[in-house]
Amino acid sequence: MEKFTRHTGTGVPLRQSNVDTDQIIPAVYLKRITRTGFEDALFAAWRKDPSFILNQEPYAAGSVLVAGPDFGTGSSREHAVWALKDYGFKAVLSSRFADIFRGNSGKQGLVAAQLDQSDIELIWKELENHPGAQVTVDLQSRTVTCGAIHAPFEIDDYTRWRLLEGLDDIGLTLQHADEIAAYEAARPSWKPATLPARP
Amino acid sequence: MAAQESARTLAEKVWDAHVVRKGEGEGAARQPDLIYIDLHLVHEVTSPQAFEGLRLAGRPVRRLDLTIATEDHNTPTLDIDKPIADPTSRKQIETLRANCAEFGVRLHSLGDKEQGIVHVVGPQLGLTQPGMTVVCGDSHTSTHGAFGALAMGIGTSEVEHVLATQTLSLKPFKTMAINVEGTLKPGVSAKDIILAVIAKIGTGGGQGYVLEYRGSAIRALSMEARMTICNMSIEAGARAGLVAPDQTTFDYLQGRPHAPAGADWDAAVAYWKTLHTDDDAVFDAEVSIDADTLEPFVTWGTNPGQGVSLSSAVPAPEDFADENERAACERALEYMGLQARTPMKDIRVDTVFLGSCTNSRMEDLRAAAEIVKGRQKDPNVRMIVVPGSARVRLEAEAEGLDKVFTDFGAEWRFAGCSMCLGMNPDQLAEGERCASTSNRNFEGRQGKGGRTHLVSPVVAAATAVRGTLSSPSDLPVPVSA
Repeated sequence: MEKFTRHTGTGVPLRQSNVDTDQIIPAVYLKRITRTGFEDALFAAWRKDPSFILNQEPYAAGSVLVAGPDFGTGSSREHAVWALKDYGFKAVLSSRFADIFRGNSGKQGLVAAQLDQSDIELIWKELENHPGAQVTVDLQSRTVTCGAIHAPFEIDDYTRWRLLEGLDDIGLTLQHADEIAAYEAARPSWKPATLPARP
Repeated sequence: MAAQESARTLAEKVWDAHVVRKGEGEGAARQPDLIYIDLHLVHEVTSPQAFEGLRLAGRPVRRLDLTIATEDHNTPTLDIDKPIADPTSRKQIETLRANCAEFGVRLHSLGDKEQGIVHVVGPQLGLTQPGMTVVCGDSHTSTHGAFGALAMGIGTSEVEHVLATQTLSLKPFKTMAINVEGTLKPGVSAKDIILAVIAKIGTGGGQGYVLEYRGSAIRALSMEARMTICNMSIEAGARAGLVAPDQTTFDYLQGRPHAPAGADWDAAVAYWKTLHTDDDAVFDAEVSIDADTLEPFVTWGTNPGQGVSLSSAVPAPEDFADENERAACERALEYMGLQARTPMKDIRVDTVFLGSCTNSRMEDLRAAAEIVKGRQKDPNVRMIVVPGSARVRLEAEAEGLDKVFTDFGAEWRFAGCSMCLGMNPDQLAEGERCASTSNRNFEGRQGKGGRTHLVSPVVAAATAVRGTLSSPSDLPVPVSA
């Protein structure tokens, strides 16, 4: 995973709550078996509407999405994060993220920064008054800057550390392979097994 | 999470029993715990990139004996003996088959009698048991919480992580009690309970929580009804939802292919009986629902929290104090093609879908069949019935339910996720309106431009009779009765 410390890019105000992962990437795009190449799938239904924010200059080149509350609800599809990343987004700002989406973001190096809704509203206004305004997301100091707005954001310490270091989760866990083996040795024998299959 | 050993909630007990390694640090700086996973369910949509990751890193699947796969999201529900027509769907299924063969994962393919929706298959085989940790790359994994298991939906990176390590790094959850006391009226079911819960706490209300469904109304429910409730925990934003195991749970499990037997059964039951929230344990939050006054519930909007009693009307934007909710209501009414204040029962539908991991089990089919038996379908409505698994289909046919549905004018299909998310050919057309027993009414969920009203199986059945959203009590007595 790429390291993330600080990113500055065009902010995209998405004034909508409950942006579920079916909207971020419709199910029809989930049939692919690759991990990349999903940029065309991002917000596919909405992008057919010429008035959709990503169809307007200068937002089309955005890399910081500023969304309403409850972003990423619904399906667990990590494809939602891949699509955002493939399009070019480096960070999503919202006052509330769905848990699975937040977790998936952390695995893929997309910063899911949780801000107060009042700060989101200020940034929306700034971005609408100054289309193309830049937003800086600083993971080191956990702050977002946009024009004269400086807002703190929340992200859990562990995810922040992994993103700053660009660490691979599986590698980290396998450092504890002995502890996993010890746990397995103590599991009750009646716990179910899928193999051998029983009729 | 409460620290003391003496008083814990059910979710905390299950968690504590699976800690491989406790996270270091305290408070916000605390690292996640490394949690052991007892059962990993796999399907074709969220696994290809995970297997690819293993292959690239040269890693094996750590515990093949705790892993099982099935095909469900892409599978057609007609002509299953023919090659899958859509090349991308076919490719995804073929990729799962190749991956399972290469790594040695047990797979139930289309045409196999154990194939079906992953959340129907696990419990049916007796693989889902109390006190387990269960994961799957699918948000409706919460279904398995009905057994008192801690069951969570995960993303593809986590699927790969579990395949490689049989563990997940997880932050502890907060706990929320959902107390449902009283007795459900006839025609009111588990689906109505959970739709009412989500309408009450909202799609983000459960965020960060594991929900425990409690109270006399929950205790009175069958396992299949409990699965319906736990299934939709994710629609309230919760990471999981569960119900303490009891005699109903044990009775469901005993004799299933992978349930313990003999002395193992006794040892398991003795442990399972310890799996309940201690009397003096404290939840981080509590919510109450009155089962006595609950009515059939239906959604009017484009998220599962936008629901009302079937006997009421479509709300208006001005009913919402919160600016975001008001805007969401406006947008939803436009998408759904609905006028505010329209009585819900005046809404005419084009399609009725009975199926999905929420409501496709034997009881769901029986309850709907009971309503449609001896009645005629509204000629302007199409109804498709999709059993949750090949086994459910066989059992239903053995009871003659297929005949009841086809006599009524409904289509009787093969098992899979089908029209819940339309990854196979079962989709709504632009503007088509559907009463659906599934779990999500998102924009375009059942097909681009499709309009979804989430309902229970009996409301779906009654709606197919009248052509408008209806409860069984709206129906005249059938001619043949």
